[in-house]
Amino acid sequence: MSDIWVVIEILRGEVKEISYTMLAAGRQLADGLKGKLSALLIGHNAQALASTLGAADRVLCVDHADLAEFNPEAYLRVTTAALQEHSPRLVLFGHTAIGTDLACGAACRLKWPVATSCRTFAAAGGELRYSSLTCGGKIIAEGPIPEPNCLATVMPGGYKAEAGKVNKTPAVETLSPPALDGVRTRFKQYIEPPAGDVDIAKQPILVSVGRGIQNKDNVALVEGLAKALGGVVSGSRPVIDQEWLPTTRLVGKSGKQVKPKLYLAVGISGAPEHLEGVPEAELMVAINTDAKAPIFDVAHFGTTCDALKLVPALTAQIQ
Amino acid sequence: MNIVVLIKFVPDLVEDLEIDASTSLLDRSFLRLIPNELDEHALEEAILLKERLGGTVTAITVDFGDVDETLFTAVAKGTDRVVKITGEDFSQGVSNEKLAAIFQGVLADLPCDLILTGTQAVDDLDGFVGALLAERLGLPYVGYVTKIDVQDGKLVARKEYPGGLNADIEISGPAVLGIQAAEKPPRYVVTSKVMEAMKKASIDEQEAGEASVEAELPVQRMSLPETGARAEMIEGSAADVAAALLKLFRERGVLA
Ligand SMILES: Cc1cc2nc3c(=O)[nH]c(=O)nc-3n(C[C@H](O)[C@H](O)[C@H](O)COP(=O)(O)OP(=O)(O)OC[C@H]3O[C@@H](n4cnc5c(N)ncnc54)[C@H](O)[C@@H]3O)c2cc1C
Ligand SMILES: Nc1ncnc2c1ncn2[C@@H]1O[C@H](COP(=O)(O)O)[C@@H](O)[C@H]1O
Repeated sequence: MSDIWVVIEILRGEVKEISYTMLAAGRQLADGLKGKLSALLIGHNAQALASTLGAADRVLCVDHADLAEFNPEAYLRVTTAALQEHSPRLVLFGHTAIGTDLACGAACRLKWPVATSCRTFAAAGGELRYSSLTCGGKIIAEGPIPEPNCLATVMPGGYKAEAGKVNKTPAVETLSPPALDGVRTRFKQYIEPPAGDVDIAKQPILVSVGRGIQNKDNVALVEGLAKALGGVVSGSRPVIDQEWLPTTRLVGKSGKQVKPKLYLAVGISGAPEHLEGVPEAELMVAINTDAKAPIFDVAHFGTTCDALKLVPALTAQIQ
Repeated sequence: MNIVVLIKFVPDLVEDLEIDASTSLLDRSFLRLIPNELDEHALEEAILLKERLGGTVTAITVDFGDVDETLFTAVAKGTDRVVKITGEDFSQGVSNEKLAAIFQGVLADLPCDLILTGTQAVDDLDGFVGALLAERLGLPYVGYVTKIDVQDGKLVARKEYPGGLNADIEISGPAVLGIQAAEKPPRYVVTSKVMEAMKKASIDEQEAGEASVEAELPVQRMSLPETGARAEMIEGSAADVAAALLKLFRERGVLA
């Protein structure tokens, strides 16, 4: 009972990056516990992807036409059945739209505890521990991973996905799916992202605006600054949800990953979901009145100056 | 359609969070609590659905300090019934596993077609209450939902994936959905409407029943993140900081 499992995420036939982050974590833990690392690959005609999961000792494939796209209830049945049968020590899911639908339901069915938002794990002396980032990145919570079985959802940031990309051929086994009749959820269709706007992922200068800007009218100040800098405006989720900017401008977990030369964060707290979108700006500058805002842990330069004063001042000086 | 919305009170993250030295956990004594942002979106989505399809909206919260104003605000927005669960010391934090069990008990007397929660609360650690509750009720759960429709008598939940991609998931029968964002920004109501609701409406109180829980996650210790690499801070007036930033941008070749 020292085996670690990773539930692989596929979206539209592609293995998502979080799967490799989890494989990197799982590999370390399995080695630490002297156990095996298994990857659970659910889909339809997806076995070929197993060859990309070489960090695992074995890949367990479940194939069924009804599993071609993510279907919450069907995938939950498949996952729970496999876990029930094999009873691994710890199972990693992405802290994502797919992983969280599965992990919490499986936890309840199996009566195993679940730890969410995990960033890192440790295996020492046969004991496993988790460390989670909660409260918008302002609190770290730690504890032991209860015996004998536990589930966890994993956020990026604690492990390098690259470490989970291993050029080895894992053993591949097939698991037959449980009966999938009576499943009440059904994948209907994808709705494509809106097209036509600038692609913020390709912009060298981004002035990114957060809730700290306070209202829609003030967004114009930031637009003025972006223009003066020869850049483009992007934003955090609350700004997009309040329709101050179009969805195409969203940076973060649910938006785009950006890699600009300059990322100027204006009134953004730096929640983990936001920071998922800015892993590697060459120069990151944060303007935030809260000296304890997590954004200052990742920015290169910062100031607690009021954005409503600083942004116009900076725009004027550039012009 | 009869819809239940669960509203959680969470720490206002704009405030300083402190760790209680004796418990090594989040010090909850002086925390300013506000409704979880995504729960406000869940309530908005419920009210939008009611406006489109008819039915009722019930908002439920646990007795957790100053929740009444939020419940009356929900009424002013169009919620038909507001319920507060009492009989347990929720202020010290109750595991999500246990909360799900408590909600299961309360919902047994409250038949509904749809239960909406926030996809997740800002302070969660041990599972999503919506997903845990769905299992207990034997219902499907779909999270990251940004729009709900009814087509041919079935719910259609629009589920959000990264990068602006969405998928429509069709659901037969009742379900628990975790809302990521409402179709429209949550509505605002003026104070006079809330005052009016306070006069006219009443909050139903319901006792939390016995809740048996089988798997809980232990949290041993909380801490404030300490990173070695902190931003180099630039002090001074807006004009001073602007000048320093301008110099920095030029040095780094961002500006000519
Ligand atoms: C599943 C999921 C996915 C998510 N995906 C994303 C995503 O893709 N992208 C994303 O951004 N978020 C995402 N979020 C939301 C994320 O958790 C945070 O809520 C969000 O990033 C906060 O945005 P913010 O920093 O603009 O607002 P807040 O956290 O409210 O921060 C506002 C900041 O402005 C500062 N401020 C206030 N006034 C001023 C002033 N006058 N001058 C300067 N500073 C000021 C405050 O100190 C504060 O730090 C997601 C959440 C979930 C649950
Ligand atoms: N104590 C609570 N009271 C009311 N609703 C809750 C509570 N805890 C969780 N919920 C609901 O479950 C959602 C997910 O919360 P969490 O499981 O804490 O991430 C929240 O957005 C609420 O809708």
